[in-house]
Amino acid sequence: MLTRRIIPCLDVRDGVVVKGVKFRNHVVVGEILDLAARYRDQGADELVFYDITASAERRAVDLSWVEATAKRLDIPFCVAGGIRSVEDARKILHAGADKISINSPALERPELIDEMVAAFGTQCVVIGIDSMRQDGDLTVWQYTGSEATSQQSGRRTVDWIGEVQRRGAGEIVLNCMNSDGTKAGYDIAQLKIVRAIATVPLIASGGAGSMEDFENVFRDADVDGALAAGVFHRGEIYLPDLKAFLHRRGIEVRL
Amino acid sequence: MITIINTGGANLASVSNALDRLGRTWTLTRDADTIRSAERVILPGVGAARDSMDRLQEAGLIDVIRNLTQPTMGICLGMQLLFERSEEGDTECLGIIPGTVRRMESRPGLRIPHMGWNAISPRSGDEVLFAGIAEHSHFYFVHSYAAPMGDWVCATVDHGNALPAAVRRGNFYGCQFHPERSALAGAEVLKNFLRI
Repeated sequence: MLTRRIIPCLDVRDGVVVKGVKFRNHVVVGEILDLAARYRDQGADELVFYDITASAERRAVDLSWVEATAKRLDIPFCVAGGIRSVEDARKILHAGADKISINSPALERPELIDEMVAAFGTQCVVIGIDSMRQDGDLTVWQYTGSEATSQQSGRRTVDWIGEVQRRGAGEIVLNCMNSDGTKAGYDIAQLKIVRAIATVPLIASGGAGSMEDFENVFRDADVDGALAAGVFHRGEIYLPDLKAFLHRRGIEVRL
Repeated sequence: MITIINTGGANLASVSNALDRLGRTWTLTRDADTIRSAERVILPGVGAARDSMDRLQEAGLIDVIRNLTQPTMGICLGMQLLFERSEEGDTECLGIIPGTVRRMESRPGLRIPHMGWNAISPRSGDEVLFAGIAEHSHFYFVHSYAAPMGDWVCATVDHGNALPAAVRRGNFYGCQFHPERSALAGAEVLKNFLRI
């Protein structure tokens, strides 16, 4: 059976990997290629590279590090950030990425999802959704890469999930904004709601602080993968230990 | 020389990068003579069946591929193209292996695309592609259509039911998973193919 995926996320800004708390106050944590190779060797199932300011600055991802990363990695990787056309996506895929994740540009123009699916197939098209729990409802946010640009999109998360699936999205990454960077655990309540309507693979993002958080999100929210950044970058959780822990707890993982 | 058929798919770089990591030289081409004279041929594929078959047709490669006698490997969509038909775009494919590639349907607890790392079960101990690979090794899959089961299947993968993970008919091999994205186990499969 399919194993649950552990996915380190590398937030990229100006060519280096950074980390913020609740999408703010970013500090540099390391070089892209060093971190990519480290996580590959530690048994990461996949990597996500997220150019966090590309969308807000209305530019596409820098291709040189995508190419360099693709040469080194023998696991799948996904690139996100400012991809707003089939041509932008094609360049990144040709540079060696396996998947493209789109977020704000899909909110601006949802037809972009259909165009990407027609050009590259469902399996290449990941939709990232920044979702916040507010007054008992889940709402979608956009341009969250910087505090100055972050804003509500006017969409409800549940409606948006339905729409992106109808348009052919192959995977959904749900960034739960309330829990992001808090290390208080994934937002299980929110993920359960989304799991109930997601027929495509669902990846949890935001809030990982302990190995138990990973166990809980797989067991209770039944997500296909869990994405995390800070706990790996700061060395608080060592990937091989995490996988051994999950295996002992009866969660199927690739060892 | 290893020849990668240029199907125009988006992930050609991941296959050529994998060969680079193995220290092997390769050519990416649509030229019929180059393909015919290659020691090994790889038919990669990410994208849609119809689009890929149209590209092979335009390049005049349909019969060239059907008549290859050297070890030839289809990867992912490339494997599916070895069959007679695909439901994806109702496409006539290469017809090297009988049967129709069909869409997989999601149901509660079973997500489509089948995406992620899954363990495979080689059907017998002597399958050349899996020589030296530990039992229950995981490989990276990402697909929404599945090939039919039959005596051409040399390894299966479980996603709802048993599906072909690897196939073989004569000199034609196919992997539904991506060996170029399956870490060390995937590299072993590629090495085994290059050793045939």
